[in-house]
Amino acid sequence: MATARRRQSRLVTLINIPLDWIDERSALVRGVKYFLFRNVPGDISWAHTLGSATLTAFLVQLTTGVFLAMYYKPDPDKAYESIEHITNDVTLGWLVRGMHRWGASVFIILMFFHMARVFLFGAYKYPRELNWIVGVLLLITGMLEGFTGYLLPWDQTAYWATVVGININASAPFLGPFIADFLRGGAEIGGDTLARWYSLHMLLIPGALIGLILLHLYLVVRLGVSSPPWSDHAAGRDRTPRPARGRAGLVRGGRR
Amino acid sequence: METRGPTEPPQGPAPSLWPLGFAIGITVALVGLVIGSWSAVAVGGVLLLAFGFLWARDVATGMQEPPAVADEAPGGPETVTDVAAGGPAPAELEDEEIERFPRNVFLELSTLGLGAAIGGLVTLPVIVMAVGDPFVHDPVFEVDIGSIEDFPEGEFMIATFFIDRAAGEVSRRTAYVRYNGPAENGEPSFTIVSNRCVHLGCPVQVNGLVLTNQKKETNEGAATLVEVTPTAAASGFGCPCHGGQYDTEGNRVAGPPVRALDRFRFDIRDGRLVLLAPYSVAEVEGQGADAVIKAYPLVNPSVHVDGPEALFYPFEAP
Repeated sequence: MATARRRQSRLVTLINIPLDWIDERSALVRGVKYFLFRNVPGDISWAHTLGSATLTAFLVQLTTGVFLAMYYKPDPDKAYESIEHITNDVTLGWLVRGMHRWGASVFIILMFFHMARVFLFGAYKYPRELNWIVGVLLLITGMLEGFTGYLLPWDQTAYWATVVGININASAPFLGPFIADFLRGGAEIGGDTLARWYSLHMLLIPGALIGLILLHLYLVVRLGVSSPPWSDHAAGRDRTPRPARGRAGLVRGGRR
Repeated sequence: METRGPTEPPQGPAPSLWPLGFAIGITVALVGLVIGSWSAVAVGGVLLLAFGFLWARDVATGMQEPPAVADEAPGGPETVTDVAAGGPAPAELEDEEIERFPRNVFLELSTLGLGAAIGGLVTLPVIVMAVGDPFVHDPVFEVDIGSIEDFPEGEFMIATFFIDRAAGEVSRRTAYVRYNGPAENGEPSFTIVSNRCVHLGCPVQVNGLVLTNQKKETNEGAATLVEVTPTAAASGFGCPCHGGQYDTEGNRVAGPPVRALDRFRFDIRDGRLVLLAPYSVAEVEGQGADAVIKAYPLVNPSVHVDGPEALFYPFEAP
């Protein structure tokens, strides 16, 4: 019994030594603990997990997308064939492509559920307005991912849906024709369009998406999770001090 | 966990009616646009500007006050300042109060300036590369689609061809060609309509019989691979995507399109029909050889070329 306990404590030490080494130099372990063990209201529910679910769906897209890129060829002559190759020939290619294809819808749907939860719980209110704004930007970038990814299979549906999508953009006043030229990479849809959308889909927009997600999470951690509207408790964190007179007269009466 | 004290003023929206008027202005202007009443648009615009100004002035007045910052002590008890009483704000360490040396200012400015210069040097070429070529359209376009004798009078022929064979199937284009007989000046007259729907760019189809079994190549050996398919009893064109309908001159008769179908310029060279760059059409009056075409430079589908809506598209890509 005593031997077992001694062996266990030696094991704990073995795990702790490298962790301590890292933490002493980077405070990373402390940071992760701060992130994972921060206080949240006691009466939160499953509805509060929709944000994490959306994040998970995004991580699935990220992972599967990286490996689909190893086989996909963004060339008008080869794109459709490479998709068929992934689906029919590559081991488990059908599964990874299916995860990416259906996961895209899951990601968008979960984003809307998460947004509905935040809206209905009033969790967008002070001091979390900025996080709502970041969330709206995330929704836009997420939809752009769906829009650009839809062209990549390069079949009839993808092609004509993109023709229509680009021309809807072209119908916007003033800037519309230029947005359409940028999206097409010229006056007509062609090989440049596919490569351009591939680059947008897997480099530019995901980069923006990851940056916005980090900002979103930073604000969640900084401001805390809000309790549900029926809660007896205040929000999950003490009130954030605000500039004492900065807002006077702006949102309520008072000396101007 | 502390609950909110009773002395704490509640957080809420402003007791201001300006945003409401602003919203009403937007609504009136948009409704005016939809029903086409310019006076309603004007009224809405005036409301919009007036309430927008009042609202902005309200916000600006609030902003002008010197903000007092209560330093945050993480984990510690927060300091609650009673705002409603209008008591003196805690002193703030302003930027100006910190002693700055010229060297200090110079270093800050040179760091910012150098960073901006390097960032610009990298970003500018990248942006120009991304948008430069797409914004310059190549107007050169010439396709010999066959001898005049290949096109019987009065029937639409479906001509398909590649504008860039190397680019593959994606560069295949379709034109609907009808020979109208000789015009008044004796030159042969053709009606050559693009198949690009001017709603959102789907391919319009002939409403009539397509005689697929009589398809033939009319320019043997050409890289453009011109194929012509006759049709019979064509009563116009229809789009499969959203139901836009056009008559035999390409005028809109039903559905969402905003103008008439685009047309190709053409030239007769040694008895052969040569398609040139397409152009956009607002409307066609008359028929066949007598048609009067209101022509405009080629623009995107869904873009208005005439009427007040055309003002929304003031710039043309070069």
